[in-house]
Amino acid sequence: MTALPLIKQTATEIGLQDRAAVLDLTGAMCLPDDGVLLVADLHFEKGSSFALRGMMLPPYDTRETLKALTRAVARFNPRGVIALGDSFHDIGGPGRLGEEERATLARVQHGREWIWVTGNHDHHLPDSIGGEVVEEMTLGPFTLRHEPQEDGAAEIAGHLHPVGKVVMRGRATRRRCFVTDGVRCIMPALGAYAGGLNVCDAAFTPYFPDEFTAHLIGTERIFAIARSMLCDD
Amino acid sequence: MVQARSGGIHTLSVTSSSRHDERRGSAYARFMPKADATALLPPDFRRWFESRGWEPRTHQLELLAKARAGRSVLLVAPTGAGKTLAGFLPSLIELSGNGRPGRKRRSLHTLYVSPLKTLATDIARNLETPVREMALPVRIETRTGDTPAHKRARQIESPPDILLTTPEQLALLLAHREAGELFKDLRRVVLDELHSLVTSKRGDLLSLDLARLFTIAPHLTSVGLSATVREPDDLRRYLVPQRSSPALQGEGKSAMADLVVVQGGAEPDIRMLELDEALPLAGHTAALSMPAIYDLIRTHRTTLVFVNTRLQVEYTFQELWKLNDDGLAIALHHGSLDVSQRRRVEDAMTAGKLKAVVCTATLDLGIDWGDVDLVVNVGAPKGASRIMQRIGRSNHRMDEPSQAYLVPANRFEILECRAALDAVHEAAQDTPDARIGALDVLCQHILGMACADPFRLEDLYEEIRSAAPYASLTWEDFEASVAFVATGGYALRAYERFAKIVKGADGLWRVRDARIAQQYRLNVGTIVEATMIKVRLGRASRARPGTVLPRGRVLGDIEEYFAETLTPGDTFLFAGEVLRFEGIVEDEVLVTRATAGTDPKIPSYEGGKFPLSTFLAARVRAILADPFEWDRLPPQMTEWLLQQRRRSVLPGANDLLVETFPRGGRFYMTCFPFEGRLAHQTLGMLLTRRLERARLKPHGFVANDYGLAIWGAGDIAARVGREPEFLDDLFAEDMLGDDLEDWLAESTLMKRTFRQCAVIAGLIERRFPGQQKTGRQVTISTDLVYDMLRKHEPDHVLLRAARADAATGLLDVKRLSMLLRRIRGRIVHKALDRVSPLSVSVMLEIGRERVYRDDADDILAEAEAALLDEALA
Repeated sequence: MTALPLIKQTATEIGLQDRAAVLDLTGAMCLPDDGVLLVADLHFEKGSSFALRGMMLPPYDTRETLKALTRAVARFNPRGVIALGDSFHDIGGPGRLGEEERATLARVQHGREWIWVTGNHDHHLPDSIGGEVVEEMTLGPFTLRHEPQEDGAAEIAGHLHPVGKVVMRGRATRRRCFVTDGVRCIMPALGAYAGGLNVCDAAFTPYFPDEFTAHLIGTERIFAIARSMLCDD
Repeated sequence: MVQARSGGIHTLSVTSSSRHDERRGSAYARFMPKADATALLPPDFRRWFESRGWEPRTHQLELLAKARAGRSVLLVAPTGAGKTLAGFLPSLIELSGNGRPGRKRRSLHTLYVSPLKTLATDIARNLETPVREMALPVRIETRTGDTPAHKRARQIESPPDILLTTPEQLALLLAHREAGELFKDLRRVVLDELHSLVTSKRGDLLSLDLARLFTIAPHLTSVGLSATVREPDDLRRYLVPQRSSPALQGEGKSAMADLVVVQGGAEPDIRMLELDEALPLAGHTAALSMPAIYDLIRTHRTTLVFVNTRLQVEYTFQELWKLNDDGLAIALHHGSLDVSQRRRVEDAMTAGKLKAVVCTATLDLGIDWGDVDLVVNVGAPKGASRIMQRIGRSNHRMDEPSQAYLVPANRFEILECRAALDAVHEAAQDTPDARIGALDVLCQHILGMACADPFRLEDLYEEIRSAAPYASLTWEDFEASVAFVATGGYALRAYERFAKIVKGADGLWRVRDARIAQQYRLNVGTIVEATMIKVRLGRASRARPGTVLPRGRVLGDIEEYFAETLTPGDTFLFAGEVLRFEGIVEDEVLVTRATAGTDPKIPSYEGGKFPLSTFLAARVRAILADPFEWDRLPPQMTEWLLQQRRRSVLPGANDLLVETFPRGGRFYMTCFPFEGRLAHQTLGMLLTRRLERARLKPHGFVANDYGLAIWGAGDIAARVGREPEFLDDLFAEDMLGDDLEDWLAESTLMKRTFRQCAVIAGLIERRFPGQQKTGRQVTISTDLVYDMLRKHEPDHVLLRAARADAATGLLDVKRLSMLLRRIRGRIVHKALDRVSPLSVSVMLEIGRERVYRDDADDILAEAEAALLDEALA
């Protein structure tokens, strides 16, 4: 077993429904044929949501998330951006967005189509945050929605915050990942404070009853890890 | 200091420099004349002593005299000296009405704090005897986590005379709105096992609580009870407020409690267990010694078998039972067992029904375990003071010699046992230095104080600095801690409107609302430790063969991070059985009993908990370096050292031996700093990074208490041949700069350290049983918070707290730094063509210990390669 040389590589291309999909190190996905960038589970203002309850997490999560978003947008310069739900951690999130963050968001949105798919955390979004708000949509062969469903659609979804855990010779690492079987893809959460659910968890089984590959986001590049190499928590 | 050994018991008393006293060390000492002393005891107490056939001990009377003089005092005495009674006697006399200053009825008179709730309960039981026999009008109660709510409420409304509790419960009481009323007439606080409390964050917390008590109770004096320590002055300072008079501070002196030392007692009778067979070069199981240990158990009344880790308890217990043809009552005891199981063992022990208990440090503290006449310590003693305290357990009659055996498990441990025996013989101590109070504990305390009463910043600062560990706290750090408690203390002031404590128009800080106070109460304490997870015995499902249902009983708890390394089918030892890991179901580890005869597959989940003390390490190096010392070692050891000298070299006492050799197509480098496993692990991490940069392609390393081995694809010896300076550069102290910083960004140990600080400081809530796992998505990972802070607020108070912990805790950076300074210019390199006898010992750890590589991409690349291999196959 030999390790591949570590080459800094910010994105990796996979096939999804016979289309090209480019997985980015930020956790975003680009569909180059459509000129669209997908992101999931941004969880903006999660920090301040905790602060409301007396847990004063460092208040930089929204700007970190925006930074990653900006980076991905700059890299692919997409015609449109679709956020697959839970873009804000709670209903009050848009209201707590700081001046600076609001301006950054507007800058990224500028000049492109922007669609917010709603999620369970942000089932309602105010007009003030710009873009269009939908519950679900289709894009070519894909259904785009927040929560994956067992209706057989070729979907790209978020919601589950997949992470993969790998243990090699006693050392473990746990990383966010894209999970896909070539038809469906569940995207990693992009939010700086978004936690993760292990892809071996039963919650994933209905969507991937057979094989799947997890594309784990490493420090310098993305790694394709076989189901058999993934460990439960 | 006065030498007063030789069998008898002598009390040495030192009164603290009251104002213009002489310099430290020349303080006067005196032996108290007995006739005077007896006058201190009221008649009914004298009669009670007589009825028991006892005579009051000198130090007990000394403490009475100190109490009468209104002095705080530290009592240093070996186990069995009647320390506890000495601590309580003044209170009992005052409460009995004899010589009691006009005290209001029913207010708390004496507070007793112990590190263990079992100890508090035990002491309460023991105190009941004199109270009952002398019919004293004294109410004694305990307050622990187990005390029911109605009793807690009643204790505040109508306090007992003497309350026995733990540091955490005291913190809770002091955060209570009634605290001022409850403690204002407190006369005495007794801190038991002080030597053990002060070495941890619990000690920091207790020091802050003590400072608050001194503020509330104007007539308070303190009594510290301690085993022998290296620097009693540290404890003397801990016991009294440090704000002292400006005159003292001007001279650089600090306030200290008086000191009473009980010296002597019989010399302990300690030996090393020597076997005819040669011990292995590595490993901690002491398998070869089991028959000898069994024989010792058989021929003694009651034996305590101490081992260093929980896993060794399990192993030793199993092995002893395999030999137990006589059906001796041998039990096991460790902190992870289910409480009821632990209680059964403790009760059986007190009742004298057990022949032996195999245990970890949970039994290390001063609980009276009945009639123990032998202590066996399996494995390396790790510290001289620790071993003496353990041995003290065996003997609650201090005039008789304690009997103990040290059982080395491998050849290096022979050296360590030898060094420890020498230290015991010289009565040398290696207890750790006094702590600098941790900032995370301070944050927790500040919130607690806000819950009790509104405070002025300046007043609280003065009070906190009166606690010895916080005496040097700067105003800036204090302010940063207050800011953290209020809003997180971030440069980006985003949370002002959510502040937990707020400054009112009156200039006083108070807690925002009752919910925050509730949060504080749930979070109090400094024991975070890896989250524990329940181990439940499962049953095979009849309906669905091959599946296991969580229907059995709970066996105890294990650390979550250990559970995370298990895969279904793994077998390990727990609660005296070999268990098969079936999986994690909800928030429990589901196991089944392994079929008889199965060997546990997972050999260890924490090598030694305590690293080898610096003091013993130096002695071990000295023994190695001096062939004249070898005469005192068993022949097998001498032979091995001679071989090492023939094949390589034995380093001088302050040298660092580095050996390089090829083996199996890889290149190895071993080195032997003898600075303990934790420091070696950190060293290994940093060396691998540097070797990587030097393009020597390291693959991994292992470390033990004595040395470490690194291996890889690059030939280090060849490089040294070309660049003679290479090793000096490799081991240069600057590795503690950028290399350390880079590694800390990724280090799981550092993240664990940070998590503990974050919980203690109250940044995130403690996870409680039942809210685990399922909460993954709604709670927050401290790793994410850690990354965020490093990026945006590298000087944040929590990161500083975590770095301070890393210096002495899991990463032992401080010791590594000492090591690097020590070996500068003293590296002895031996390029060998094969492994040396010394190196074999650390090589044997490979496969036993985890191989540390923290770099995520390496791990992932290797896992990805497996997918490629599969595709190409």
